[in-house]
Amino acid sequence: MKPVNRHKARQILETKNTSCRLEENTLFISGQLRVNAAGDFTRAVLKEFRAYGFPEITINLKELDDIDSAGVTALFYVKRKLSAKISGIRIEGGSANINRKIELFSSEIPIEKKPEEAFEITEAVGTETYKFITSYLYGFLLLTADTLYWAAADLFRTKTTREGEFVNQSVNIGVNAALIIIIMSYAIGFVMAVQSAQYLRDFGANIYIVDLVVIGIMSQMGPLITGVLVAGRSGSSIAAEVATMRVTAELDALKTMGLEPVRYVVVPKLYASLFTIPLLIILSNVSGIAGGASAAFYSLDITPEIFINRMAGVMQNKDLLTAFVKSQVYAVIIVLTGAFYGFRVEKGAEGVGKVTTQAVVVSISLVILADSLMAVLFY
Amino acid sequence: MEKVIHVEGLYAKYDDTEILHNVSFSAFKGEITVIIGGSGSGKTTILRHLLGLIPVEKGYVSLLGKDISGLPEKEMNDMYHQMGVFYQNGALMTSLTVGENVAMPLIHQSNLPKPLIEDIVRMKLGLLNLEKAYDLYPSQLSGGMLKRVALARAIAMDPPLIFCDEPGAGLDPVSLESLDNLILNLRDQLGISVIMVTHEISSILRVADRVVFLNQGKVLFEGSRKEALVSEVQEIKDFFSVLRTDHIRQT
Repeated sequence: MKPVNRHKARQILETKNTSCRLEENTLFISGQLRVNAAGDFTRAVLKEFRAYGFPEITINLKELDDIDSAGVTALFYVKRKLSAKISGIRIEGGSANINRKIELFSSEIPIEKKPEEAFEITEAVGTETYKFITSYLYGFLLLTADTLYWAAADLFRTKTTREGEFVNQSVNIGVNAALIIIIMSYAIGFVMAVQSAQYLRDFGANIYIVDLVVIGIMSQMGPLITGVLVAGRSGSSIAAEVATMRVTAELDALKTMGLEPVRYVVVPKLYASLFTIPLLIILSNVSGIAGGASAAFYSLDITPEIFINRMAGVMQNKDLLTAFVKSQVYAVIIVLTGAFYGFRVEKGAEGVGKVTTQAVVVSISLVILADSLMAVLFY
Repeated sequence: MEKVIHVEGLYAKYDDTEILHNVSFSAFKGEITVIIGGSGSGKTTILRHLLGLIPVEKGYVSLLGKDISGLPEKEMNDMYHQMGVFYQNGALMTSLTVGENVAMPLIHQSNLPKPLIEDIVRMKLGLLNLEKAYDLYPSQLSGGMLKRVALARAIAMDPPLIFCDEPGAGLDPVSLESLDNLILNLRDQLGISVIMVTHEISSILRVADRVVFLNQGKVLFEGSRKEALVSEVQEIKDFFSVLRTDHIRQT
């Protein structure tokens, strides 16, 4: 405790419009106690009285000109905070106007805070697992069933969606992704060949660069690059679109107009993906092999003619088939994951961002997992 | 009486369409000034000018005695600290709880300690009968509650001036009346000046001290509510005639 002269008036707060001084055990507030000063007032008073043990104090308002709701709340806040240590706290001396405001703003606030629940690890694990199965897994299966059902049912009906929607979505998901896929695949094909060229040269197995590039790109890298890029591009946009539609009640509007949201929003995207992803994979394969061929030419002197001749022997029909199967699986994963997270959006703008992120992360992960699984199955 | 708003010769254009034509009016301290007029009469455009959301191109607009045309951003921000705005559909942040929404201006415009802000927010919500809504999200509230939360946020800083953009839109008559009473309380108990844009006739009759009548971008009438009701201007007669026919039907 600091030594203190209790009989001398002490200024404890001095700001532009507000000042506060302590005389004996009376706290005089003068000027205005408004929202811009209430914070300083609270801090100054609490700091002052933290160190001293007065039996009782009076807060005198006779010099106070004006107070607002924040000021009144600050007075009562200070009173409540100090009442643990100081038994008698009185507030007095305010003008009629000030007392009226104090009365208006001092309405006893029933503070209902949620009781903190005890954390049980086993219970939490159980609840989360249960939630995962009933909410995520069940919801995902339901959406899958719905989408596939409508996709099959509407295959030859054109009236159920907007006119030109298939072309529109194909452009969005497929055509607009073509350039980035071509560039990325070329780069990866090129790097693959450059990196292995040195080792092949050491063994005198230069010509095997063709096998390496063609098998690597056709059976693995091409489909995978395409899947990951489309998941990043279109997975996010599908999730964001569906989520925004849900937040702005557009999905409800569709429903009340008798249009099934899944059928109207998700199915055209699924068709477009099923149609364009195989084409993108072909582009990716061609571009990746071209990248590999150019690296082979520069680092191992294998001319394009030799490369193409050798390539014809290495390529297998099976690779084309597996690439097609993969493309269809990726299309379903990307569209369904995007839509699934979009439909799960909660709480407006922030929620849209959240589900979009989740959709991208989950669809890329699922694409990679599916790729590994199929690699094991097909070879 | 002290003028809180003074508009003189304000013109506004959108592309080539003139929206406001030589608009002049004033609003006074401690009064509720209602700007009325049919759809497309320029009410919202005036409000957006007053809020500094549209720059003043031709004319003069002053708020609380300060000319706001060409005011630098920092000074305009100081102006914003002295006014509260109650948007038509609440414009609450959907990802924040009611308590966090109301606390927003307090957190960003003052240096109050956190527990004190919470007390102020709870008190303000209490004033508007929203104690129980503190932890709820806007999506969990009814239309009337949303409006009251928006009002609570508008008065969080105890501003001397608040703007209400169609506060009654989409409310049932009973909720509308209680909202009007809340606004009257703000005027009577806190001396807040209110500028309200509305076309709810029942609201105008309950709360307006002063009426500014707009028609096709021109001020046709400015004066007290009583004067407005007996005005001989044909457009105003038409506007209030709905009320008379209602009245006749009732009797």
